[in-house]
Amino acid sequence: MTAEVVNLTTVKRDPTFVDSLSPDGRLVHRCIQCGTCTASCPAAHAMDLSPRRMWRMAQLGLADEVLHSKTMWLCSLCYQCQVRCPRGIPLTETITRLKELALERGTVRWRESTVFYRAFTNVMRRYGRMREIEFMALYLLGTNPLAALGYAKLGLTLLARGKVHPEWPGLGKGRLDRLFERVAELEGQQ
Amino acid sequence: MRYLFYPGCSAEGSALEYKTATLGVLEALGAEVEELEDWTCCGASVASVVSNLLGVVLPARNLALAERPPSIPPTGGGEARGGQREVLAICSACYTNFRRTSEAVAADSNLLATVNQALEVEGLTYHGTVTARHLLDVLANDFGPEAIAARVRRPLTGLTVAPYYGCQTVRPYSPFDDDQRPTSMVAILEALGAAVHRHNREASCCGTSLLTTKPEVGLAMAGAVLEACCPADCIVTVCPMCHMNLDSYQDRASRVMGRPLSIPVLFLPQLIGLAFGLPDSALMFRRHVVPVKPALAQLSG
Repeated sequence: MTAEVVNLTTVKRDPTFVDSLSPDGRLVHRCIQCGTCTASCPAAHAMDLSPRRMWRMAQLGLADEVLHSKTMWLCSLCYQCQVRCPRGIPLTETITRLKELALERGTVRWRESTVFYRAFTNVMRRYGRMREIEFMALYLLGTNPLAALGYAKLGLTLLARGKVHPEWPGLGKGRLDRLFERVAELEGQQ
Repeated sequence: MRYLFYPGCSAEGSALEYKTATLGVLEALGAEVEELEDWTCCGASVASVVSNLLGVVLPARNLALAERPPSIPPTGGGEARGGQREVLAICSACYTNFRRTSEAVAADSNLLATVNQALEVEGLTYHGTVTARHLLDVLANDFGPEAIAARVRRPLTGLTVAPYYGCQTVRPYSPFDDDQRPTSMVAILEALGAAVHRHNREASCCGTSLLTTKPEVGLAMAGAVLEACCPADCIVTVCPMCHMNLDSYQDRASRVMGRPLSIPVLFLPQLIGLAFGLPDSALMFRRHVVPVKPALAQLSG
């Protein structure tokens, strides 16, 4: 884990950065740097910025550093930091907003994460429900088709057990197209 | 007791056995269960990242469906809140999304108005009156260990079970259990005649989608849970995502943890169904990656 010194007089800052994360991003200013979040996080060891350091950087308006970090993409939404935070900050919910902003600005650290969200959303929009095989196929094609070989053994086991069953991809209009379009319209108005 | 059942996407695919076992057990306990008609995906952990509003609208669509008056008039009493039925979720992510949506619109009437502007295209209106319940809450509190014990035909004497709750069953919404040290399953498992192996990973994270996007990180998380459970004969879970991660990746998790980890993983209603004497067609143990039958050899008689 790196702990480089950041020179606050020279680095580019956006002081309203966390406040803009609706609905409760402003609550990040309550953080007292106790470190309970880092101590509670099951993936902190693999992060470039520890959760505590990331929240301090967010308070200071270091938007680029935060949005380019791996930290949010290693969050598995276990909500442990959020329920334990002694300052009552909705940390997990705010990480979700950071992910949204990173997707919007194209600062996602890993292609795997971008493709994961895109593939899931496409399948959900088309059928209204998840289709596990089609989702995994889209994900593997979008990331590393060779990695599909690594899944071949598990895939065959799941097929043999009847755990998964392939379906023909659907064509034409998606089940939730109208709802997704309406949501995008409403978000444009906000 | 009457429930509107929301199976969720996994229960139509990889976790079909969770759905059939749930329906079998609830029927045996005398519950009236009707599947929510025309339900769609709750958005999982994905929709709210793609768009804050979409993450509320997708669960709200299903809750709005649940608020419509029943097509068939109720035959008996028992339903909560002036005749309205509660939504029964068996996936912890669906449950969390429904709770999160109910709370968000209750706190912000502008958000509720915007959600309804979106739902217009589906011909639906959400009022925020329906509550989602988790299957574990319903089993532990609506029925309870005594009613469950009364229906046991084949006690699970000799079987040691490691309960695994996972994260979103009890976090961030925990109206029915402790969010750090949950205990709801203990009395249920004891009612079945099983011994309970308590361990320190009962409410730890299984790794969720990290097993796909960052396998080396996710496998260590699933591996830590498997390791803590291994002294038992089997694990029980109440979430399809937890089940997939714990049951399907044991060979890879063994490599990451540097020791062989092999333990069958059952859904709680499968184990209850076994003690109730439900048929194989409801329990579907053959669908699991780690074979279940050898663990059941521990059963006396």
